[in-house]
Amino acid sequence: MSGKGIKDKVAIVGMGCIKFGEHWNKSLDDMMVEAAYEALGSAGVTPDDVQAYWFGTCNSGYCGITLSVPLKIQNKPVTRVENFCATGTDAFRNACYAVASGAYDMVMAIGAEKLKDSGYSGLVIIPPADDGTRPNYSAPAAFSLLAPAYFKKYGLDPKKGKEVLARIAWKNHKNGALNPKAQFRQEVPMEKILKSPMVAAPLGIMDCSGVADGAAAAIIVRAEDAHKYSKSPIYVKGLSIACGSGHGAMHQDYDFTTVRETVHASRDAYLQAGVTDPRKQISMAEVHDCFTPTELVIYEDLGFSQRGKGWEDVMNGVFDLDGELPVNPDGGLKSFGHPIGASGLRMLYECWLQFRGEAGPRQLKDPKLGLTHNLGGFPWECVCSVCIVGKEKG
Amino acid sequence: MVGIVSFGAYVPFNRMDRKRIGEATGDPTAPGEKAVANYDEDSVSMAVEASMDCLTGLSASDVRNLYFASTTAPYREKQSVSTIAAALDIPMEARAMDFTGSLRAGSGALLAGFDAVKAGAGPVLVACSDCRLGAPQSQWEQIFGDGAAAFLLGEDGIIASLEGSKSSVAEIYSQWTPDKGDHVMSWEERFYITQGYNRFVGGTVKALLEEKGLAPGDIAKIVLYGPNPRYQMALAQSMGFSIAQIQDTLFLTVGLSGASNVPMMLAAALEEAKPGDYILAATFGEGCDALLFRATDALGSLPPRRGISGFLKSGKNTMRYNTYLKWRQLLVTEPPRRPDPTRPSAPAMFRERRKKYAFYGSRCLACGTPQFPPQRICVHCQAKDNMEEYSFVKKPAVVATYTVDYLTFSQDPPAVFAVVDFEGGGRMICEMTDCDISKIDIGMEVEMSFRRLFEAGGISNYFWKARPKR
Repeated sequence: MSGKGIKDKVAIVGMGCIKFGEHWNKSLDDMMVEAAYEALGSAGVTPDDVQAYWFGTCNSGYCGITLSVPLKIQNKPVTRVENFCATGTDAFRNACYAVASGAYDMVMAIGAEKLKDSGYSGLVIIPPADDGTRPNYSAPAAFSLLAPAYFKKYGLDPKKGKEVLARIAWKNHKNGALNPKAQFRQEVPMEKILKSPMVAAPLGIMDCSGVADGAAAAIIVRAEDAHKYSKSPIYVKGLSIACGSGHGAMHQDYDFTTVRETVHASRDAYLQAGVTDPRKQISMAEVHDCFTPTELVIYEDLGFSQRGKGWEDVMNGVFDLDGELPVNPDGGLKSFGHPIGASGLRMLYECWLQFRGEAGPRQLKDPKLGLTHNLGGFPWECVCSVCIVGKEKG
Repeated sequence: MVGIVSFGAYVPFNRMDRKRIGEATGDPTAPGEKAVANYDEDSVSMAVEASMDCLTGLSASDVRNLYFASTTAPYREKQSVSTIAAALDIPMEARAMDFTGSLRAGSGALLAGFDAVKAGAGPVLVACSDCRLGAPQSQWEQIFGDGAAAFLLGEDGIIASLEGSKSSVAEIYSQWTPDKGDHVMSWEERFYITQGYNRFVGGTVKALLEEKGLAPGDIAKIVLYGPNPRYQMALAQSMGFSIAQIQDTLFLTVGLSGASNVPMMLAAALEEAKPGDYILAATFGEGCDALLFRATDALGSLPPRRGISGFLKSGKNTMRYNTYLKWRQLLVTEPPRRPDPTRPSAPAMFRERRKKYAFYGSRCLACGTPQFPPQRICVHCQAKDNMEEYSFVKKPAVVATYTVDYLTFSQDPPAVFAVVDFEGGGRMICEMTDCDISKIDIGMEVEMSFRRLFEAGGISNYFWKARPKR
């Protein structure tokens, strides 16, 4: 299934990411302008240098003009991308391919989402007109199905299982507390996470990621041109997206302890990037911790943990900031916030900072290879993106 | 000879002890409990349940006529019986009609059905169902209850023959619901009991007995409508029936269910009848219909079904008056901060009717995997367009995993969603109903139930949910 990939053919030479959060005083336009100009400034280029745009938003707007009007883009190509929670990463992926193809020298990938204007709790995606048979479960309810299935399969009693999940939220808040751009900048005690009000049993509100407004952007050029713009560019090693068949909703052999799309997308990206032992080779990962059990299952699906051992790795601190393989050093969706279309680019932004030694108090020691992962939809039918970036070329 | 070939019934899982009303209002309350349709049930969904019970061991494809009787159809204009026909998978060539507007709608549908059978129209399925609303703190609120009964009428395999009938009509106001009204209104009861109920029901029953040359003592059970048990007993006894002959009105267990009341009592009577028994059923509402049946030897060979007694055995009576008010939308509560459901698309519903109503999935002819909803390309082997229709309606199923959703829109939060695995293969993720959150567990046996999910844009949106096996 795997494509050849574009390892080391393109590089990021500039990035921008606004602080995520409840931006009562910023519009979608404000956020896009700020992220775009931060990225331009970081690359030392002007809007005139950017030849085409890939703009990701899940449902904050439609069509390329949502971006071109506020940015006053002068009649250039803007492609609007939507792929649920993989929206930002897919905008980036397509922008990379456009540069790798030789069609453009410099492009921008930008993702933005305005969620806090709706007045709704949690994420809301209005489905197209249908026959009225679609079950109306919320996102936390859909992902909560992973928890009891995992606990049962691997012999965790519900109390221990809940503790494992809380440990994941605790870790992400601890990391986010060190991040000035995160939505929530506070450590949260385990006790508080364990006792948070129920949203979808066994998940409490503290098992859910933050609903936030935000925007992030990247400037992409051919790898051989990268040093014209940046002393420390970062290189694209692997790009993969997997969309599943909905198998798990219809077939009894799916047991709700894995997300198959993550397994497929990551194996494809590993092949492109030449990764054979992800736990050893990957220095850091930004994964889609929409809900705590999602992150638990992701460890195993990405091959970071052996099947059934992810929870032990959690409790042993393997994925902590000072652990063997730090996951979500920027705080993750949990603490950084999850404006859908921006999240994938926000994850790349953390790799960008970490590789360049600009991550401040949460700086990792000389990371070389970073992985970003998004998952949109439900555990049994989703789109999953995996992107691998490196500090060095070749 | 024409008669009843099969029968079935439905009583909602939820019952409210009438004491709960008194606890909330301070009013004196009648004894017993009333059956309360869940927020996702109505006269149509209950009619589907009773019809499925009635068709136990029979094929819906043999039904040529389908009549629905109710005073609480969801639409003033648009048939309800068409929804029921679609859910039961009755062939589109059938003749279908709603009978409504009177407490005699049930008996009227039965009589019209018998006439159709006599005229050679083939088997008739009559589904009687009601879900009436008494104004809060009215006597009707205490008296009413919800439920349904269904009968297959025909010429072959009769379990109770129709021996005769008599009808009467009178322009009299006993109870009524105006076109724009929300609940049942009524005249002062001494008037309509003495001048209406006693006179017309008593007179019509008497005329039928006389025509058949029978005395009250010849009748095994008199299935007599009663505005309440006191008036029913008084009338029956005044006609010469003994207490043992009087069929229970279901007042203590279900409540007065309107057009389906006498049909439900008739189903209960048939459950206990012996071959040769005469059963006389009489309804009231702007006159009377009286029908005389005689049980046949075939009654004993009818396959087991739930019926009134079966459905009464499974239930929960812990609901509070507050919950009842919310379910009937008499108490307006703050909606969740989530979008209201949007109306379903008429073309999509029409296109998907085999799936949405009759609950068909597909089964791959290449690998044999059943799947829901029906697929063009097999979820297991990816074979293209090599499917047959596959019915999931009565397939036994278990809960593979579940969640309790406090966030989503629901008229009775929290909503419960389950991954349901069907015996023989196939899975769906669906909402659960009539479900005790503390008792739901992986491996729990469930069955599918036709429900009204929500109303939006004036459209009642029906689909199937899973419920713990009753």
